[in-house]
Amino acid sequence: MKLLNILLASALIAVSPAPTWGNTPPTTDAATFETRLANGLKVIVKEDHRAPTAVHMVWYKNGSIDERDGLTGVAHVLEHLMFKGTRTTKPGEFNKRVAEAGGRDNAFTSSDYTAYFQIIPKRALPEMMRLEADRMRNLVFDPKEFAAEIKVVMEERRWRTEDNPEAKTYEAMEATAFMVHPYRRPVIGWMDDLQAMRWQDARDWYRQWYAPNNATVVIVGDVKHEQVFALAEKYYGVHKPMATQRTRILNEPPQVGTRRVTVKAPAKLPYLLMSWKVPTLREPEKDREPYALQMLAAVLDGHAAARLGRELVREARVAQSAGAGYDATVRGDSLFTLSGQPAEGRSVTELEAALREALGRIQTKGISEEELARVKVQAVAAQTYKRDSLMAQAMEIGGMEAVGFSWRDDQRMLEIFKSVTAAEVQAVANKYFGDDTLTVATLDPQPIDSQANPLLRRPALKH
Amino acid sequence: MMSCLHRFSRTLAATFFTLLSLGASAGVDIQHWTASTGARVFFVQASSLPILDVQIDFAAGGLYAPRELSGLAGLTHGLLDTGAGAMDEEQIAARLVDTGAQLSGSVDLDRASLRLRTLTSARERDDSLELLRTVLSEPSFPAPVLEREKSRSVSAIRDADTRPDAIGSRRFAAAMYPDHPYGVQPSVETVEKISRDDLVRFYRARYQAANATVAIIGDVTRADAAAIAERLTAALPKPVIDAKEALPAVQLPKAETIALDHPASQSHIFVGMPAVERGHPDYIPLLVGNYTLGGGGFVSRLMKEVREKRGYAYSVGSSFSPRKQAGPFQIGLQTKRNQANTALAVLNEVLTTFLAEGPSAIELSAAKKNLIDGMALGIDSNAKLLGYLSVIGFYGLPLNYLDAFPRKVEAVTREQVKAAFNRHVRPDHMVTVIVAGDPGS
Repeated sequence: MKLLNILLASALIAVSPAPTWGNTPPTTDAATFETRLANGLKVIVKEDHRAPTAVHMVWYKNGSIDERDGLTGVAHVLEHLMFKGTRTTKPGEFNKRVAEAGGRDNAFTSSDYTAYFQIIPKRALPEMMRLEADRMRNLVFDPKEFAAEIKVVMEERRWRTEDNPEAKTYEAMEATAFMVHPYRRPVIGWMDDLQAMRWQDARDWYRQWYAPNNATVVIVGDVKHEQVFALAEKYYGVHKPMATQRTRILNEPPQVGTRRVTVKAPAKLPYLLMSWKVPTLREPEKDREPYALQMLAAVLDGHAAARLGRELVREARVAQSAGAGYDATVRGDSLFTLSGQPAEGRSVTELEAALREALGRIQTKGISEEELARVKVQAVAAQTYKRDSLMAQAMEIGGMEAVGFSWRDDQRMLEIFKSVTAAEVQAVANKYFGDDTLTVATLDPQPIDSQANPLLRRPALKH
Repeated sequence: MMSCLHRFSRTLAATFFTLLSLGASAGVDIQHWTASTGARVFFVQASSLPILDVQIDFAAGGLYAPRELSGLAGLTHGLLDTGAGAMDEEQIAARLVDTGAQLSGSVDLDRASLRLRTLTSARERDDSLELLRTVLSEPSFPAPVLEREKSRSVSAIRDADTRPDAIGSRRFAAAMYPDHPYGVQPSVETVEKISRDDLVRFYRARYQAANATVAIIGDVTRADAAAIAERLTAALPKPVIDAKEALPAVQLPKAETIALDHPASQSHIFVGMPAVERGHPDYIPLLVGNYTLGGGGFVSRLMKEVREKRGYAYSVGSSFSPRKQAGPFQIGLQTKRNQANTALAVLNEVLTTFLAEGPSAIELSAAKKNLIDGMALGIDSNAKLLGYLSVIGFYGLPLNYLDAFPRKVEAVTREQVKAAFNRHVRPDHMVTVIVAGDPGS
C-alpha cells in the first residue's frame, strides 16, 4: 500500500514505475505553440496563466548514448561545466543571476539527452533566455575549473553508485545485458574514465553537439507565445547552425542464452533485477507491441492495486518490495525489468521464482477487463493531475521531442494505449519473456564489519 | 532533484536543492474555520483545474509515541488503509484506483498526514472522499497485516543499519536529542514489541478531530469544503479524557564528535544541534541568514567553499527544520573517506566565520531578493499551496503568514541574522557525526 512505503526507512529503489502516457486533453492543445528558427532551433511554448511564473528549458539531443568507450561520462561532465562561465559571464555567475531573479535552476543528463532549466518569476524570462543562449555557443573552458569540477563528479559517482548497492547492481545489469549497445555504459561514466578525462574532452564534446539545430527550447508558463518567439529570435537566433556529426549507435547482437551477474556490496537485503530485451516504440501509429508492454508493466506495477504488490508482497509475502518497469520511448534499445527484494526469511531464488510465476499467470490466463480498465482510468486521471505542474508539462514536451517524437504524438499515444486489449497483453507476455533474452543481476549483501569481510576494504582510489 | 526521470539511473542532475521552507507569496486567500467536530479547516478555492486536493494532518507523529514503542506512529498510520469498514486492503486499493484518485501519506516526528488527490467530477469525488472517510474513521488494523508490516519494517531497519547515511542520521538524531522523542528512531527491538492493542490505543488517542487540521484546495465552493471537512472528521474517535499530556522539553546536548566505522568509499558528515520551533520569531532572520550560509543552492558559502573551489563534495548544504518543539539546524556533506577531516575543517571554518561576521551587505540583499522574488514559485501549483496550507494550519501560524513574509524578510538586518545565529547555533552544543571517515584523514 502506498501509505506503508513511507514507513520503510531503507532506500527501496524500484525500477521506474509504469508509464503514464504523455497526452494533453484537447482543450490545452490550443495553448501549445511551436516554431522553428532559421538556424534550426525548435521553440515550443505552452501558455499556462494560473500563476506569474514560467519554466524555461533547453534540451540537447545528445546524451551518454552518443559517447565512446574511454570517454564515458563526458556528456554529464560537460553539463556540470556549463555553469562555469562564458566569454561574458564568470564561473558561477549563471547560478547567481538565476538566484537574484528569485529563480531556481539545474540541469540533467540522461542516456538520450541533456537538458538545462530555470524555474522563474515570469519577468525574468528574457534574461534567462539571454543567458541560456549565451552558453549554447560561448562557453569558456578553464583547466582549473575543470580540475575542481571533475572531482565533484567523482564524488557524485561515489554517492550515486559506488556506495549505493542497488545502483551498482543496476549498472552491472546494464553492462551485462548489453555487450555492444551503448546503454551498457553508465550515464555518470566509469570511475577510471572520469580519472583519465581531460578538459579538452569536454570541450570537444561541446563543439560537437551544442548548436541551435541540435536543441529544442521549451517554455511553459504565464507567457504570450508571440513574445517568446520574438525573444527566441533575438537571443537564440544569432547563432549559426552547425553540422553535427552523429556517431552510429552500435547495434546489440541478438542474445541467445540467459546472462547472470552478481554484485557484492555492504547491505542486508538482497536485490534482484530480471531484464528482458523487448521492442522500443519507433512508429507511434504502426507499432502495437510497445503499448501492450506498457500495459503489462502497468498491470504488474502501475498503481496501488497492481499485481506485484498484491501477489508477492501482501499475499505470498515472498517480497519486501517488487516492481516492474519498461520505457518504450528511448533512442536506444528497451528493456523490460522486474525487480524486488526478498522478504525476511525468503531467498532471492524464491523471489525469482515468484516473479516468473507472476508473469506466467499472465502468459497462461491473461489479464481481466477490470484490470485493463483500472489502468486506463489512472492514466487518464494522471493527465489532468499533470496540468497542476509547469515543470511536469515542460518535461513531457521536452522528453518527447528529445527522443525523436513530437509533443503532438502524446495525445495519439494515450489513445492507442487505451485501445490495448487483454489479448495483446497476453501475446507480448508470451512472446518476449523467454530465458534466452534474459539478464539476471543479483545483489549479494555483505556485512559492514570490515574485519569480518576483508573484501570490503576498498583499494585506494587513484585520484 | 530530478532523479529517476526516464530510465532507472540513466538521468543525473547537476545537484539537488535544499528547498527553502516556506517562501511563498502574497495574495493567497486562505479561508479558515472550525468544523462542528472541532477540526480546524483551511481552504483555498482554485477553479482553473478540475482537481481537488485534501490533506488531513493529525498530531500523531513519533513525538507522541512511547520511546520503547518507537515505530508505533508509522505503523498506525501505515495500517489505516489496510482494512477499514467492511473492506480489506485489496478492496480499498482497487476501489480507490477505480476512481482515478491518488491517496498518499507521510509520518514525521510531529505529524501523521493523509493526502487525497481526486478529479472533481461528482462520482469520482464522492467515492474517493468516502473511501478516505472510511479509512480515517473505521480502520480495522487487521492482525495478520500488522505482523506482515512489522516484519517488513524490521527488514527495512536491518538493511538501513548497513547504510552509511542511515547509520549516521540515526546516531546524529540520538546525539542531538539525548532524552527526547526527536532523538529516537524505530529499531528492531521497539518494532517487535508493538501490538495491535498499541495501534488501537494510539489511534484512539491521536486521531481525534480536535487533533486534526484539514487543508483543502481545488475546484469546490466554500460550502462544499465545509461539508467535506465535516464528513471526514465526523466519525473520528471521540475524546475519552483530555489527552493533553506534557511533552518533554528539548535539552541542548553537549558538544561531541562521534566517528563510526564503515567500509563505504565516501564518508557522511553531519553537524548540528536543536535550534528553533515553528513560529519562533528568530526563524525569519535564521532563514534569511541560512540562505547565505548553506541554504541558497549553488550560491551559498558552503557550496562555494566545499564544492566549487575545492571539489570536495557533490552536495553540501545547511538547513533549519523547525518543528513543534525545537527542530534541528544541520549541515551535511559527503566526501571521499580519506579527505573527511579536511572537508570537515572547511565546513567548520565557514560556519565559524559566518557566526562571527554574519552575511555581508551584498549577501544579505541577494538572499532577500531570492526569497522575496522567488515566493511566486512556491505557490504556483495546487500541490505546493496545499503543503503551505497544511503547515500554516497544523502549526497555528498566522493566516497572513504568506502575505507578511516579504515584509518580514525585507526588514531583516545583518545584526539580526548574526544575533539569531549566535543564539541558536552554538559551538558548545554542536554535535558532529562522521561515518566512514579515515582516521587522521
